[in-house]
Amino acid sequence: MSTAEQNRAAEGGRTPTGVARGLTQGATGTRGGIGESTLRPDGVLKVTGEFAYSSDLWHEDMLWGHTLRSTVAHARIVSIDTAEALATPGVYAVLTYDDLPTEVRHYGLEIRDTPVLAHGKVRHHGEPVALVAADHPETARRAAAKIRVVYEELPVVTDEASATAPGAVLVHEDRDDHHSGHVPHPNIVHRQPIVRGDADAAARRADVVVRGEYVFGMQDQAFLGPESGLAVPAEDGGVDLYVATQWLHSDLRQIAPVLGLPEKKVRMTLSGVGGAFGGREDLSMQIHGCLLALRTGKPVKIVYNRFESFFGHVHRHPAKLTYEHGATREGKLTHVRCRIVLDGGAYASSSPAVVGNAASLGVGPYVVDDVDIEALALYTNNPPCGAMRGFGAVQACFAYEAQMDKVAAELGMDPVEFRQRNAMEQGAVMPTGQVVDSPAPVAELLRRVKAMPLPPERQWETTEGADVRALPGGLSNTTHGEGVVRGIGYAVGIKNVGFSEGFDDYSTARVRIEAINGEAVATVHTAMAEVGQGGVTVHAQIARSELGVTQVTINPADTQVGSAGSTSASRQTYMTGGAVKNTCEAVREKVLAIGRRKFGTYHPAWATAELLLEDGHVVTDGGEKLAPIAEVLEDEAVDLELEFRHRPTQPFDLRTGQGNGHVQYSFAAHRAVVEVDTELGLVKVVELACAQDVGKALNPLSVAGQIQGGSTQGLGVAVMEEIVVDPVTAKVRNPSFTDYLIPTILDTPSMPLDILELADEHAPYGLRGIGEAPTLSSTPAVLAAIRQATGLELNRTPVRPEHLTGS
Amino acid sequence: MRVTFTVNGRQASADDVWEGESLLYVLRERLGLPGSKNACEQGECGSCTVRLDGVPVCSCLVAAGQAQGREVTTVEGLAGPEGELSTVQQAFVDAGAVQCGFCTPGLLVAADELLERNPEPSDGDIREALSGNLCRCTGYEKILDAVRLAAARTEGAV
Repeated sequence: MSTAEQNRAAEGGRTPTGVARGLTQGATGTRGGIGESTLRPDGVLKVTGEFAYSSDLWHEDMLWGHTLRSTVAHARIVSIDTAEALATPGVYAVLTYDDLPTEVRHYGLEIRDTPVLAHGKVRHHGEPVALVAADHPETARRAAAKIRVVYEELPVVTDEASATAPGAVLVHEDRDDHHSGHVPHPNIVHRQPIVRGDADAAARRADVVVRGEYVFGMQDQAFLGPESGLAVPAEDGGVDLYVATQWLHSDLRQIAPVLGLPEKKVRMTLSGVGGAFGGREDLSMQIHGCLLALRTGKPVKIVYNRFESFFGHVHRHPAKLTYEHGATREGKLTHVRCRIVLDGGAYASSSPAVVGNAASLGVGPYVVDDVDIEALALYTNNPPCGAMRGFGAVQACFAYEAQMDKVAAELGMDPVEFRQRNAMEQGAVMPTGQVVDSPAPVAELLRRVKAMPLPPERQWETTEGADVRALPGGLSNTTHGEGVVRGIGYAVGIKNVGFSEGFDDYSTARVRIEAINGEAVATVHTAMAEVGQGGVTVHAQIARSELGVTQVTINPADTQVGSAGSTSASRQTYMTGGAVKNTCEAVREKVLAIGRRKFGTYHPAWATAELLLEDGHVVTDGGEKLAPIAEVLEDEAVDLELEFRHRPTQPFDLRTGQGNGHVQYSFAAHRAVVEVDTELGLVKVVELACAQDVGKALNPLSVAGQIQGGSTQGLGVAVMEEIVVDPVTAKVRNPSFTDYLIPTILDTPSMPLDILELADEHAPYGLRGIGEAPTLSSTPAVLAAIRQATGLELNRTPVRPEHLTGS
Repeated sequence: MRVTFTVNGRQASADDVWEGESLLYVLRERLGLPGSKNACEQGECGSCTVRLDGVPVCSCLVAAGQAQGREVTTVEGLAGPEGELSTVQQAFVDAGAVQCGFCTPGLLVAADELLERNPEPSDGDIREALSGNLCRCTGYEKILDAVRLAAARTEGAV
């Protein structure tokens, strides 16, 4: 039998919009439980083109929505004239702020500061101003171009100096959010100091002190599936919304009040998601699509093109970071002082949580008793920034790892050894005072990544001469090895897993087991956003392991079941995987109770506590089969929906930053090998090796995919990826894949892995959230390698050719 | 205008096509073939790759009218008549080359064309042939694995 047949991803029919009703996966050729590289249940649909992404949705009689966005960064809106747009044949509706149906006209993840449509002023380039619905996407675009908006431009604030200067224009004039009381300036969203020990006293013990200033550019998630969705008005006055998102229930909480509808009348279903990486945590077209659908009484589809996508989601915070590290001659860190200034742009998004991460993880995976840390996020007129894979820990890692190399050089010590001497391990105390109470194999990961064999020197040489594809400049054929030098760099990082700082972080899973045609089968229903990470694969694996079934159906994610929380913070396998496990365990107990009721009198083994469900049977812990599950159930189904929570966390103290703020930590180390054409300033990353502790690999193939994918995004921001914002106008200069470059397969090297599995006793199956850690250390490892190759200081990322040639 | 061309071996027509519509738009929105993807609509990402008279093209950059009377192969045309996956499709599933999958259709069409003209590609050949197809999830390692696997399986079958 072919894998395609084995891995039959048979859809049980489709909704009118094209969203599959469920993914059913039967025998996989193996048991298909946890720890196996079970194949994706949606894999066949994805390779045949049948998988329905949010931009593929279609409905009879549907209209196309389009968003008119501001052409300037900061301006008072003098007037908006929609008459000509409305008169365009084929146009059904044009909406502005004045058309919003309720008094709730703002939304936001934590702070509701983002207008659904601009009111009175715009605060960044590309802010939504008006909406059009028409019978053809081009009609909608052209009609939007006929809307006349008169702007009276205002001065822009674009960095810390301009945002906090005396008399600086305030991005939000009347703040009353819960951070406004403690920030030193209204243009600072949130500020988090962390003070532990006595950095001043410790600095006096230092034999070497190294300072550095670092700049981290604005990175884009650049998921490939553009923001899109379909809103269908319903007969009950509500709306059905099919959309690509990271967290259905968070969207719902923000959408419903703006529409003036109870949440139960806004029925959301996850459609196919073409990647996310944090960029879908904030709303994009959700409210806009629903507004147009409810106004016109017709289904409305909105699909951003790539240009609009660059304005349609938040980006990774650019940052300026100032660090001071001290160490003794023996190579022990004495203290770290740092100041991390993140640019949050015009709206808060998740900036406060990014600040908390940057501060609490700002020293890295090292033992430092005396620290003085300050992190803050600004309000500016730059594009809004929020979640992206690594979430505040990325920027800090880039800087503290550069510092670690500098200190090692100052001490004349091997940079890996210097890191190992200061590496945290289980039992270490974080700058927040939190004890790391699960394995923290930082030194071991460094040892492993260093022990991997190096790629051969002059790896581009072949019997037929230089293979330019393996050289800096690639197919541009700019060198055959002349002027090319190699460098090797190392880095390691620490990332928190799950939502921190006292957030009530939970997930929900509904699991059903029943007998169909004499076979016990399971159905798993969660609201988890499958964005490509493979959660649906893992959920089926968990259900098989816990319930002893073969066939598992994963229902579409929707809001008919409780919240799964966000597909972010490396948390979904831990949290929704944990929820599925937790509910399966409760389901199993019910099945066993039924079995005891029916068969308990026939066999004493039913009375024992240690019964399991395996291979379709109730079995004893000694492996004796007591009864087929299907016979236990007969026509009875067990169906439960339960919530699952991780250990509670605490907020960080606003003055000292002390508190048990995080749930779990995740560690990865990289070694980068680069070759640099020093004449042209071109970089080829030759190899990017990674060692990571994953606790327990529920699906080793998916784990490898996460690490390699995350490493590549880190590589991208090391050597090419940056949204360029004009410092004078605050306008985005490169909103396209022509001008914003992400790594191609030619830019991406071989990425050997060494995966460690040290169980975290607090986590389901001992697993560790893995998705983000590899995005942290790959950037500083590449930078370190380029520094080693060139001898240049390179204190900003991404590195551009002119930084290497000095011109 | 009306546009008629052969898609995956069958004649297809679309009416009321606006002259500015791309082949991608007509495939996705008028012919019910949304497998070709719309990641950038500016010819940079390769997610919309189809074969036009056998040649891989970005269908977002082909005006629909240019396809008149020609042969188009999309990802929907790769599987066999009974829906059995082609070697390269199966290899993508097996190798873990699919995560979000948005780049997958374009990569499959490009990889299929590569293996047709070069059944034993080197890694460099694979990288060169697929360098016009962006993937944001995988870091490409599993995609390389998949193409190597497809080549090996094709070789083994001969």
